[in-house]
Amino acid sequence: MSGPDLVGEGLACRRGERLVFAGLSCRLAAGGALVLTGANGSGKSSLLRLLATLIAPAAGSLRWGEAPLSRDAVEYRAGLHYLGHLDAIKPALTPREILAFWAGLRGGRNPAIGPALDFFGLGAAADWPCRWLSAGQRRRLALARLIAVPAPVWLLDEPLSALDPEGEERLVSAIAAHRAAGGRVALATHQPIALADAATLSLDAFAPARAPAP
Amino acid sequence: MSGLWVLVRRDVVLAVRQGGEIGLVVGFFILAVVLFPFGVGPEPEMLRRIGSGIVWVAALLAAVSSLDRLFAADYADGGLDLLALSPLPLELAVLAKCAAHWLTTGLPLTVIAPFLALIVDADPAAIPVLVLGLLIGTPALSLIGAVAAALTLGARRPGVLAALLVLPLYLPPLIFGAGAAEAAATGGGVRAELLLLGAFSLIALVVAPVAAAAAVREALE
Repeated sequence: MSGPDLVGEGLACRRGERLVFAGLSCRLAAGGALVLTGANGSGKSSLLRLLATLIAPAAGSLRWGEAPLSRDAVEYRAGLHYLGHLDAIKPALTPREILAFWAGLRGGRNPAIGPALDFFGLGAAADWPCRWLSAGQRRRLALARLIAVPAPVWLLDEPLSALDPEGEERLVSAIAAHRAAGGRVALATHQPIALADAATLSLDAFAPARAPAP
Repeated sequence: MSGLWVLVRRDVVLAVRQGGEIGLVVGFFILAVVLFPFGVGPEPEMLRRIGSGIVWVAALLAAVSSLDRLFAADYADGGLDLLALSPLPLELAVLAKCAAHWLTTGLPLTVIAPFLALIVDADPAAIPVLVLGLLIGTPALSLIGAVAAALTLGARRPGVLAALLVLPLYLPPLIFGAGAAEAAATGGGVRAELLLLGAFSLIALVVAPVAAAAAVREALE
């Protein structure tokens, strides 16, 4: 699984009246990893939402190989796992049902639901209602969504929050396996994460005061 | 297309499991109907005349009371982001959510409507037409309600705002639905009213998913 690069050039993002960042360029090749750092409010989540085509850039362009990306990039979106800081977990459903639902919605053939739950240590909790899960277990469930159905691009917003060291280890090995298979990952984090050959992008450098106006 | 079915099934399961969401709507419907005889007096003549109208108004209010269930939970927990990104077009996702909403509100309301019609002593000849009208008209309530629910995402009191937006738009189904039942009671023809009601639902079926999906996209920006 190789395939095109995800390229952003001169990206700017506006939330309401405020320019969050400007003049930001990034590139994510097959097998690559991009770690986004920066102060609170520097636009890490906004950049991930922008890369997910959930919001449109105020300036600059976003491309998947040669193809420009927008909301209508159906194929790109179908190959995307976006993990926001909200986890889309319904208290009344079980972890197994939740994974089956998201896999079914993507139309994935033979989703690896049992193995994904086991990998993140949720095997015993697979058939509990999610209202019984702890914050860390909810995070693990959200992460299990990534490996239940393969997708070439992962966009992860604070994936380490609420995870214990063992969970972090699991995530790092899941990311390594994903990259070894040619997948790409961009993640925002405040905690150090041990990813081999990961590029780091500090969003503090693109705060509008220091960046050229878009 | 299988995604459509997956989403309908999940929303129905959620409504059934989340302790009586269906019960709340049905209970609201029953109470609203039962209140009317206290308000307008128990004269059988009066009740018989306005009975099917009462049932229709109560059904509208019950449908409005459940609109926040359509998108609010998915918006709050981030699920709407994932739905928007999924290969299922957002218009179809909205349609699936409307179908699930109708199965858990419009359909139960239609099923118990004849019993409530008996409580207010509606004309026996009007009851089958009342039920048929509800069957044709309640899908439009879910569909139009979805537009209002999507437009009010992120508002401070979304439920109240959605009700204000949507109740005027519920006038046509109310007029045609109650009008058909009234015509059946007085021995008139009901065909025209029911056809207009059906036309309204079909228009809602085409327009509402597109409008609601646009509003959801706007809310996710």
